[in-house]
Amino acid sequence: KYKLDNRKSNVDMFNLTGPSRTNRPDNTAFTQQRLPAWQPILSAGIVIPGFTLIGLAFIGVGVALFVTSQKITDLEIDYTGVAATSPCFKCTSFAAENCMCQMEFTLTTLFEGPVFFYYGLTSYYQNFRTYGVSKDGYQLSGDTYYFNNPQDSCAPYQYDSNNNPIVPCGSIANSMFSDTFQLYQVVNGMKKQVPLDGKGIAWWTDYNIKYSNPALVNGSFANAFSGTVKPVNWSKPVYELDPTDQANNGFLNQNFLVWMRQAALPKFQKLYGRIAEGDYAQGLPAGNYTLLINYSYPVISFGGTKKVVLSNVSWMGGKNQFLGIAYLVIGSLCIVMAMVMLIIYAKYKFTDDDEDM
Amino acid sequence: MLRRRLNRLFGGDEKRVDSRTIYVGNRPCPATETFIPPKFCDNRIVSSKYTIWNFLPKNLFEQFRRIANFYFLIIFLVQVIVDTPTSPVTSGLPLFFVITVTAIKQGYEDWLRHKADSEVNKYPVRVLEDGQPARKDSEKIKVGDIVEVVEDETFPCDLILLQSSRDDDTCFVTTASLDGESNHKTHYTVPDMEKDLQSLSATIECEQPQPDLYKFVGRMHIYKPEHDPAVRSLGPENLLLKGATLKNTKKIYGVAVYTGMETKMALNYQGKSQKRSAVEKSINAFLLVYLCILISKAVVCTTLKYVWQSQDGQDEPWYNQKTEKEKGTILYVKMFTDFLSFMVLFNFIIPVSMYVTVEMQKFLGSFFITWDRDFFDPEIEEGALVNTSDLNEELGQVEYVFTDKTGTLTQNNMEFIECCIDGFQYTAFSSELDSFCVTDGPVSTFQEKAGREKEELFLRALCLCHTVQVKEAGPDELGGDQVDGPASEPLRPAEQRGFIASSPDEVALVKGAMRYGFTFLGLESKTMKIKNWQNDVEEYELLHVLNFDPVRRRMSVIVRSKSGDTLLFCKGADSSIFPRVRPEEVERIRMHVQRSATEGYRTLCVAYKRLSVDEYAAADAGLREARLALQDREEKLMAVYNQVETAMSLIGATAVEDRLQEEAAQTMEALQGAGMKVWVLTGDKMETAKSTCYACRLFRRSTELLELTVRTLESGGRRREEMLHDLLFDFHRKAVQDAPPARAGVNRSWSSANPEYGFIVDGAALALVMNPSPDTNCSRYRSLFLQICQNCTAVLCCRMAPLQKAQIVKMVKNSKGSPITLSIGDGANDVSMILEAHVGIGVKGKEGRQAVRNSDYAIPKLKHLRKLLLAHGHLYYIRIAHLVQYFFYKNLCFILPQFLYQFFCGCSQQPLYDAAYLTMYNICFTSMPILAYSLLEQQIAIEVLLDNATLYRDIAKNAMLRWGPFLYWTVLAVFQGLIFFFGVKYLFSNPALQDNGQVFGNWSYGTIVFTVLVFTVTLKLALDTRHWTWINHFVIWGSLAFYVVFSFFWGGIIWPFLKQQRLYFVFFNMLSSVSAWLVIILLIVLSLLPDILLGVLRKPRGPHTQQIAVVTPLSYKHLREHY
Repeated sequence: KYKLDNRKSNVDMFNLTGPSRTNRPDNTAFTQQRLPAWQPILSAGIVIPGFTLIGLAFIGVGVALFVTSQKITDLEIDYTGVAATSPCFKCTSFAAENCMCQMEFTLTTLFEGPVFFYYGLTSYYQNFRTYGVSKDGYQLSGDTYYFNNPQDSCAPYQYDSNNNPIVPCGSIANSMFSDTFQLYQVVNGMKKQVPLDGKGIAWWTDYNIKYSNPALVNGSFANAFSGTVKPVNWSKPVYELDPTDQANNGFLNQNFLVWMRQAALPKFQKLYGRIAEGDYAQGLPAGNYTLLINYSYPVISFGGTKKVVLSNVSWMGGKNQFLGIAYLVIGSLCIVMAMVMLIIYAKYKFTDDDEDM
Repeated sequence: MLRRRLNRLFGGDEKRVDSRTIYVGNRPCPATETFIPPKFCDNRIVSSKYTIWNFLPKNLFEQFRRIANFYFLIIFLVQVIVDTPTSPVTSGLPLFFVITVTAIKQGYEDWLRHKADSEVNKYPVRVLEDGQPARKDSEKIKVGDIVEVVEDETFPCDLILLQSSRDDDTCFVTTASLDGESNHKTHYTVPDMEKDLQSLSATIECEQPQPDLYKFVGRMHIYKPEHDPAVRSLGPENLLLKGATLKNTKKIYGVAVYTGMETKMALNYQGKSQKRSAVEKSINAFLLVYLCILISKAVVCTTLKYVWQSQDGQDEPWYNQKTEKEKGTILYVKMFTDFLSFMVLFNFIIPVSMYVTVEMQKFLGSFFITWDRDFFDPEIEEGALVNTSDLNEELGQVEYVFTDKTGTLTQNNMEFIECCIDGFQYTAFSSELDSFCVTDGPVSTFQEKAGREKEELFLRALCLCHTVQVKEAGPDELGGDQVDGPASEPLRPAEQRGFIASSPDEVALVKGAMRYGFTFLGLESKTMKIKNWQNDVEEYELLHVLNFDPVRRRMSVIVRSKSGDTLLFCKGADSSIFPRVRPEEVERIRMHVQRSATEGYRTLCVAYKRLSVDEYAAADAGLREARLALQDREEKLMAVYNQVETAMSLIGATAVEDRLQEEAAQTMEALQGAGMKVWVLTGDKMETAKSTCYACRLFRRSTELLELTVRTLESGGRRREEMLHDLLFDFHRKAVQDAPPARAGVNRSWSSANPEYGFIVDGAALALVMNPSPDTNCSRYRSLFLQICQNCTAVLCCRMAPLQKAQIVKMVKNSKGSPITLSIGDGANDVSMILEAHVGIGVKGKEGRQAVRNSDYAIPKLKHLRKLLLAHGHLYYIRIAHLVQYFFYKNLCFILPQFLYQFFCGCSQQPLYDAAYLTMYNICFTSMPILAYSLLEQQIAIEVLLDNATLYRDIAKNAMLRWGPFLYWTVLAVFQGLIFFFGVKYLFSNPALQDNGQVFGNWSYGTIVFTVLVFTVTLKLALDTRHWTWINHFVIWGSLAFYVVFSFFWGGIIWPFLKQQRLYFVFFNMLSSVSAWLVIILLIVLSLLPDILLGVLRKPRGPHTQQIAVVTPLSYKHLREHY
């Protein structure tokens, strides 16, 4: 500190005596490109231990992930009904309406809970660009102005053939997944329904903030939608989506919310419900089960398949082997690299010594 | 020369027609029957480009003429017109930003110009109207007006000096603002002018305005009622230039000849042609590659889309029906719009921001040159000057250095060393300067070798034959206080006398004569006064000055002594004097001249001639006639000069030392060590130049010299052409064919076993090579010559005319491999080569500011070239090369996942990233770190760069921007892009990534990829950064933090202006998923692994490199070794 002051006074002195110092460039570290700098070098001494550490850490994480993923059980039941032998084959013809079919499966061990019930689709492009933009965000946030005037992005599901506005408009809403499921455990030849909890399957923010229903009109929820028509493909209007639970209607219907969040890839699964109640809170016990499907959603026309996935989850989410294996591979790769480098380093070290001698 | 000849051939007749006639005072003259006031432009200076009205259209037009801006405009328009995946805002906003910033900058600059213009244009001047000075705005001056200018005012337009308040009809001006020369120059009134300007009736006929500051030809006709019209010739000495300042003179009157935009100053302000750097060419080449990638991506996607749609049920699945409009469109139109949509989707691969960043980097980076204190020269109190920032990186790519000798390699600080009178040598006296006194000094120094008469004649010649002015010292009618000079020592007035001259040689000679006892006292009204040994003042009437010019290489004066003798004194280069004197005198002097020249002195020969009355009358008439000629005045003057300067007798020769610049030898050695070839191009004679080369260590004792000069050409006694042919082939065999093949580019210290060659060529021989007689094979000679030159360690070209210097530079510049050339010089004669070379460097020397003004960079001293090239050039090159590669890299990794995503969304142009991310990626998230890097990076410390000149070779030939490194970066980008996309894709094979079983959608997918991307490219830069200042830390970690904060913010609020809240809480949800965290970390590490690995494995080993390795960066080091 003292030195700095000293220098400064010197400069001031020069300032007084020198005739013109205006031209002289400033002597600051920045202008002279002499800013103090940290100059790291990736030397073998850092990289080899670094690689080893990263490798070990990765292997650790990988093992944890792998083991966790292994523990997760999942069960996939394809019910598309392409094969003539499939119970759902009868529903694939166009004539079939309100077709019900049932798939049977057996669990040999306890399917640990909480069990999540997903439905899955393949070759289904929720990520089509025209599809993805085909909704009206303002409408879905409960703005009634847009009930009568849906945005153009909803085309061709903006107005129906009688020029009535469609609510909710757009392709996404129109193509909402319409199959419904009931799961039964077969106990002593009797079907015992496994309760599916459809609550809390959508993002919290979607349910509470992003989407909201219109205010009641004259105390009636349905009145709020007067003057609008249901989407073309729907069998019932949006305010009657869930006849069992009045609160689960309108834009806040959980299944609707789940559907509205577009999947990233053409092969996807979406959450349908949870099995966490009553006798099944601990999971699905071993035994025979029947899945009753109200089959109404067509996928054969574009070559898609439908399935139901039962799965439990862990801290890392659903079953996914990829992450664990990837961590293990990269981790061991790092270790191998570190060893190779160590060998090279040692070898060159020796040659250096030889040359020195 | 050539141009002049061409002018004469083609433009001569036109010129005569185009000379202008000016009526002094705008009064009709008796000679012309009808007075038609000629139309000339007014005196308004317009340097501004725009007005308020045309600013917007004109500026926009200019900006969109740039190909890049135009491209982005097209993309923007496509987005507006066609239904595209991203909103027009994503490309419109950055474009708007860039255009606005540029427009504001240009508008501001133009506003400043407007201000400056109006300051000049509204400046009050006094114009004589009816004999009375009337105040006017400067812009109102018309050609022909008589303008009054007082001391310290600048001239408002180009004036012909009519009247001065000084007695001797002269005035002094400084042209500091024109050419930087701060000395006082004398200008003369038109000879024999009447005192009464009111009654003056005259016309001036002069050439049309031309930009050459030092040329003016005109003729003045003065009409008097009873007499025949008198004719006076007008030259540059009568012309006062706009921009110059009147000094030491109370008041002058002049008639305006050129006004406004036609003044020489305005004509000189036209911009130079743009030089483009090699890096820019590389950028353009890479851009082309990326454009191809872009187009092929779009084509692939469009094709796939239609192939895919042709499958059953895929064209229009029931859940995604087409709109009526889509159904109605013709297939080909649809395909085309799809193609355009893909172009728009992928257009981020060529970012607007790269141009902005490159420009900023160049602009800001050039400040480091101006700021460098090492370039500050305390003598002239100035540092380096950057005239263009476009060429910073070119400084790191120089392969050929063309340097001037005088003033550049040498100090141009002349000192009289010795002289030779009539064959006897008079050596220097510098050691005993003090023993000199005016009375007895000369007697003791001259040992009466040559006879007193000859000595006196010689010294008189030295005192008379020059154009030196004496700085006014001591009181005179104007008061000597205004003159800057050491006038305060009355004790030794003679020694302290200050001289002003156009060339330092002349001052040295006059001072030399003074030391021998002959003092030049000054020139007053055509009378030269000198004080001789007896302290008597001799007076000579100056009759004519036959000016010096580089072609004649001599100058003469004709004086008349008191006794009535008319004498001609001539001094000049030996080659131009010897043929004009009696041969028997030559031999005695020639030996001395050659000996002096080999010592490195500049020699001049002095001759004189006594003119008889008839001879003088003839010469006088010839000179006057030639001076009055409007057409080809110079050629005519030259002819008369040559006629007069014949049959002289040689008196003696002088030797003047021009000392080497500080550290000239070290600088040259460093440049050669850096792999540059140094060529010396000089107008000086061979012996002098050769010795300078030896002194600068360009030639060494071991260097074998190959001489291709007039002397060697004529030595064989054969025809020059034959000799040239033989010599060329002989040298070529020696230097090129016999040389080991690996020689090129090898350090000379490593190849000491091989003979080194130095090549010497002179102007005459070069002319033979360049323009041989028609029967010889011209191009063959040229290529031979070039090959010889390229295989020599140093080349010396002497006796060069300025145009020949440029010719040489051009020849090398256009040779195979188009090497980067650099010219450095300090004088007006170097301007042509400075303009010709890729990089022109001006030395702020003593020969005015011509070179500095025309250069790209100006430095005070030659020694600064070393740091400019080895340190600044090297660093700038690394910085910008890295910047360019990094920019392409980061945009390829950015867009590649988006491209890959098309395969998984039915090629529907679905963007992977949100529009905000698309827009902000280049502007905010990744722009600052690379900018900071490209300004601050020092992979190798400056001191190390300066000490190890060989490091410069590492980046030679655009090493970091060739296809090899470009391929490396591209492969890296593709690798990382694949990892980003497929890593996340495998993760999304089960989109339930949270522990509550909820699933992620497509925007989560994009956000994870984008997060990995931003972190990876930033950390990649962090890995490459070898010089972490706090600024680097700040911008790198700051950018990442900004990304996170921005994402929270962007996803945390329902933005009312957005139709779809696509990212609402997506980022937050992503962070709440452990799997997302793990995959982000995994992918970042995996992406960076190869780079780290390559870096470590490519590390140089072995004792030889270890010393450098301490500071050698891995990134560019491995690039260098790899490719």
